[in-house]
Amino acid sequence: MSEQILAENLAPKKSFWKFFASELKPRGKLFTIFNMISVPMVLLAAVIIVIRFIYGLSAVSNVTQSVPWGLWKGFNVVTGVAFAGGAYVLTFMVYILGMEKYKPLIRVTVLNGFLAYTFYAFALILDLGKPWNIINPIIGNSFGTSSILFLVAWHFMLYIVAQLIEFSPTIAEWLGSERARRNLKRLTIGAVVFGITLSTLHQSGLGALFLMAKGKIHPLWYSEFIPTLFFISSIFAGLSMVIFQGSILQKVFSYQLDQHSDERHDIMIRGLSRVCAIAMFAYFFLKIIDMVHNHTLGYLMSPMGAWYMVEMIGFVLIPMLLFVYGVRIGTPFIIKLASIMTLVGIVLNRMNVSVIAYRWDEIPRYIPTWMEWVVTVSILFVQVWIFRWVIHRMPVLRTMEAMTLSANKVIK
Amino acid sequence: MSIDRREFLKTLGVAGASLSGAKALAKSTPEPDAQEFYAILHDITLCEGCQECEFACAAANNLPAPADDDFPDSAKKRLLKPDQYSVINAVETSVGEVYTKQQCMHCAQPACASACLTEAMKKTKEGPVTWTEGKCMGCRYCMISCPFDIPKFEFDDNNPKIGKCQMCFERLKQGEVPACVENCPADALTFGKRSDILREAHKRILDDPDSYVDHVYGEYEAGGTSWLNLSPVPFDELGFKTNLETKPYPDLTKGFLYSVPSVFILWPALLLGLREATRKEDKELEGGADHE
Repeated sequence: MSEQILAENLAPKKSFWKFFASELKPRGKLFTIFNMISVPMVLLAAVIIVIRFIYGLSAVSNVTQSVPWGLWKGFNVVTGVAFAGGAYVLTFMVYILGMEKYKPLIRVTVLNGFLAYTFYAFALILDLGKPWNIINPIIGNSFGTSSILFLVAWHFMLYIVAQLIEFSPTIAEWLGSERARRNLKRLTIGAVVFGITLSTLHQSGLGALFLMAKGKIHPLWYSEFIPTLFFISSIFAGLSMVIFQGSILQKVFSYQLDQHSDERHDIMIRGLSRVCAIAMFAYFFLKIIDMVHNHTLGYLMSPMGAWYMVEMIGFVLIPMLLFVYGVRIGTPFIIKLASIMTLVGIVLNRMNVSVIAYRWDEIPRYIPTWMEWVVTVSILFVQVWIFRWVIHRMPVLRTMEAMTLSANKVIK
Repeated sequence: MSIDRREFLKTLGVAGASLSGAKALAKSTPEPDAQEFYAILHDITLCEGCQECEFACAAANNLPAPADDDFPDSAKKRLLKPDQYSVINAVETSVGEVYTKQQCMHCAQPACASACLTEAMKKTKEGPVTWTEGKCMGCRYCMISCPFDIPKFEFDDNNPKIGKCQMCFERLKQGEVPACVENCPADALTFGKRSDILREAHKRILDDPDSYVDHVYGEYEAGGTSWLNLSPVPFDELGFKTNLETKPYPDLTKGFLYSVPSVFILWPALLLGLREATRKEDKELEGGADHE
């Protein structure tokens, strides 16, 4: 049945390029509020990027000799990767543990992870002083194998490929090639196993990057457990992103979803909330053990200590309790709120480790310029553009069948 | 063939002796360790803050010489810059004004070199930690990792370089001593093999314990450095970092790096095992699309 419809509607009777060109055309309203804000912003960011490559980093960025990593690395790379952790957690739950009920979330989460990683790699290149030399650690004329960054960079690249393989059956469906879909589908489990392994190592590896900055990161944030803490927090960061994103998708793309999807979505969200709460408890507990172990309790009474408590109580402990409470009384609003607070907490934590508590004693402080913010936000905007483009065309939220049916309805 | 108890013990003893003998032999072969690197001693009690080393450094590395109004002054701290590899600061202490010299410490096991993913930062077997422009991709992870905050980056350049002391590596290869050492008029700088320099430093403390604190800065800091300092006052009074590890900084990442191969082998096996254990009989996982 479905293959028939596929064959009738999408089988490339037209050449591939004609089909692709027709798909490139925007669909839907062009003058939405989101577009009115994002288009000028991205254009402005393009100008800023040109200035950055002509005059050097300091023309647009406030990074200093003592705080050499700023917003682009701290937010786009270190924080963004944690947010994209949902893909490996969900593929683990569905493909490894066989939790079928979360399957509807897989495609959209993997797509999001793939885009996130691709764009954060782009953000990283913007920040490099000599981006053309990025080829060196790749082609192997100088392998710095003792470097954690080397490990993270390679895992980053390989994981992008693994995610592309995980997502590729969707692309094959879009192009209407059933044979390609079947063949690509065979690769999924390998890509999933490989992807989870890579994620374990680079999520923790991002934390391990800061192991050598002992004495330069405030003792409340520095810990020999940073890799473990980064790994655990990537679980609830990724799942909170899935929950938060899901609530937006339910609204924006509601026309793609049937009437049962709300109910089904709520069930999935409640399950993920439980996982979040447990992971957050483990994280919070490990933080406390670490504090006792390293005798850093005394720092809590300092201004940095107050800032630490904002992060740990306001954006870890409270959202954790909200997740539990939200699941118990069954209120999606509470769960959404908890997921947003968790995401804020992750931003705080990653920014604290890489920028704010890094050389906390240094004066003057690093404060990002407006230009750094524009580029950071624009990278997210372009990511949303591509995400939207894909969702409109490929069978991510719904089946190909449903897509063609609704397309026929519109034509009629 | 039977072997009696006495014979057996004898054999054991011979084997044991040969084992320990082999060990002793292995110990006696000299390993190229931190002791064989070149090192430089800065004796702060002798330094007059004349800046000759700064001018020599600038000339040797084709860098701009310090400006006329840029001299050591205890009222302001002068900083290393991408185009200034060595800097003299005046510090007011309990024994009066003294002069410190800051530059790359050339650690025996440098954090920057272990951080570098392109081997642009490298510990040479002679001792200097060098930077190679053609390899560097400008990620600045060396700056994040360096416990002494030494590498400086040309943020205002579209083809930026990392600036830091290279211990005049080119001069060393030609048998010359570093430019700063050669041009020091006060003999505050001494160059030589690290073991000799360390011995000399401890000798000075022993000979004149009233003039020095009993601490050679760099002997154990960050696991040992090729730049050593002698001071008349405790080093924290001079603004030197005193909260440093005494083991090499790359050791901090070793545990993580060692765990990587284990995870790489164990995780896939564990994941595939879990998958088999939880697999459903009807194999719907491979069959259907991702949608129900």
